[in-house]
Amino acid sequence: MSIPGEAPLTPAYRNNEIRERLYAQMALIRRFEQQILDLFAAGELFGTTHCYIGQEANAVGIINHLVPRDIIFSSHRCHGHFLARTGKADLLMAELMGRATGLVGGRGGSQHICYENFYSNGVQGGIVPTATGMALAEKMQGTGAIATVFMGDGTLGEGLVYEAFNLASLWSAPILFVIENNRWSQSTPVEKQLAGSMLARGRAFGIDSGEIESTDAEELYNYFGAIINKVRREQRPHLEVIHTYRLCHHSKSDDMRPAEEIELHRQSEPLPKLRSRLSQEVADRIDEEACAKVERAVIWARQQPFPSPVKLGTGSTAGVFNPSAGHGTAPQV
Amino acid sequence: MATNVLNSLNTALHKMLSEDPRVVVLGEDLLDPYAGAFKVTKGLSTKFPERILTTPLSEAGFTALGAGMAIRGLRPVVEIMFGDFLMLAADQIVNHIGKYRWMYNDQVRVPLVIRTPMGGRRGYGPTHSQTLEKHFIGAPGWHVVAPSPFHEPGTLLYRAVLEDDDPVLFIENKAMYARPVREAPAEGRLGDFHARTTSGTYPTVTLSFDSFSRADVTLVAYGGMAELAETAAEQLLMREEIFCEVVVPASLSPLDLDPILDSLRRTGKLVVCEEGTRTAGWGAELIAAVSARAFELLHAPPLRVAAEDLPIANTSTLETAILPQLEDIDQAVLRVCANSRRVTTR
Repeated sequence: MSIPGEAPLTPAYRNNEIRERLYAQMALIRRFEQQILDLFAAGELFGTTHCYIGQEANAVGIINHLVPRDIIFSSHRCHGHFLARTGKADLLMAELMGRATGLVGGRGGSQHICYENFYSNGVQGGIVPTATGMALAEKMQGTGAIATVFMGDGTLGEGLVYEAFNLASLWSAPILFVIENNRWSQSTPVEKQLAGSMLARGRAFGIDSGEIESTDAEELYNYFGAIINKVRREQRPHLEVIHTYRLCHHSKSDDMRPAEEIELHRQSEPLPKLRSRLSQEVADRIDEEACAKVERAVIWARQQPFPSPVKLGTGSTAGVFNPSAGHGTAPQV
Repeated sequence: MATNVLNSLNTALHKMLSEDPRVVVLGEDLLDPYAGAFKVTKGLSTKFPERILTTPLSEAGFTALGAGMAIRGLRPVVEIMFGDFLMLAADQIVNHIGKYRWMYNDQVRVPLVIRTPMGGRRGYGPTHSQTLEKHFIGAPGWHVVAPSPFHEPGTLLYRAVLEDDDPVLFIENKAMYARPVREAPAEGRLGDFHARTTSGTYPTVTLSFDSFSRADVTLVAYGGMAELAETAAEQLLMREEIFCEVVVPASLSPLDLDPILDSLRRTGKLVVCEEGTRTAGWGAELIAAVSARAFELLHAPPLRVAAEDLPIANTSTLETAILPQLEDIDQAVLRVCANSRRVTTR
């Protein structure tokens, strides 16, 4: 009997369609991230951002196995996961530009987005038990949906992660914990902030745990198909560590890692790896489409209005000592 | 026989679990026969074994789990065993749960209720006696609700869980659990008082000795301080012939100022009572809001009755000295009258 949402495993090395899809998603993520770094440099964007350059294969390797009802909870470094899930470069671009038609109307920006069953938040650790609760709610309501939560090696320093592991295992939450070990927690190398084993952290809680060192999108795609089917079928948690590398700054203009180390990892970049398995013609077309899509997103986003401060109010009433003064506003003096 | 606050809350939990399959309860040591440190969840796990989730000691973790469940369609009730332990979940409360709805531009709702026993007067010492809700008043996204014996606490909890789409911090003063419920009518007698209750989900009760025609001082108090204020009012009337109106809001945030201003129009003198520490407290916010909105109503500097800015001692002599007592309310009323710029007309 098939489980709702369970995808048949595809022999991806023989499937051009999937190869092209994975490459196209990665090309979109890469182009998008490069574009926003340029826009920051040009002073067109507010605040900060955390790019996914170098880690694209993880998002596409996992997310293509998920069904629409499945939940994704991502972190500060969420653009890649979001674009792999939805392809909505225009809505994300408008959000980064702070526009009213952005994903969350300019309220969240780069780190705090929501679209259908995709969520992200910018404080480390707290999203992990929240995603666990979401997975349990789906299980209790019998929807067949599972949750996937993305965290980095740095997040493993937060105690709340282990409360979530314990609860997820104890109550059999259908959730995939993905640790993208990009080896650097902001400016701190993993060996200066993490003791012991990442895998043993999951196993100590009775969670099936595995690891893979790869920047090969097809390899990751094939690897994760079985894992996601297992989470869905067995309705219990699984933890997976992907050893990867961030080729860009932590946020922006803050990269002080050794140049030779970055150069070394550049040789196993995910995009050229997969590109080499496509025909030149197909790869060029995909690259052009990604550029054009991001270009259209920028043009569209620039035309969007900023949110009106008059509409501050929907959604929050706390702290209002004078309800008649309107939601979210201080008492009028 | 009149029910007490504890039974009122317990009955309401039974009712909502029977009526609505989305309700789940999470917290520490909830299972029968123990049924929670204060027994508010008595009998629930026997009747609804699938939906009463007894948790490990992970306040932040299970609060976050409850939030995830709430976003995805359930109606979770989280019990924090002692209000002091709310601080373990403070990141979830402030940085996550209260923000989701607004931050996601109204695309989600987080109908989560955290209920927790607060307060001292039981000798539990520095980490099991505090009144900490003031730290969450003004945290965007939250409703902070505190029933009193003049409200039907179970009704307020039922509304918080099933009728409020936003997260609610539901404060139960623990010394109040054994007190009989004396629910005030919308308009009518309550013992020696005439009572008025506002409409709305979390109403404000106002008690007056004489049908709201004559009064000297407005005493605002919530939760466990409400009955203390009532006793002070009775005592002051007998001894000094000072007429106090006692205003008891159930919603601490947002706060409906109107019933307070309505009383101040009669009295011109304000005393605010709270069990939490004085500095930057609920009373400070209330007095600032009243002053900004209707300074002209005040005929004397408003006063606060609150706990000293100290940890709460274990031994009773010190605990009594640190927490606000009947005598403190009494003294504050006398002071606010003595400071009045207007001669009270009788």
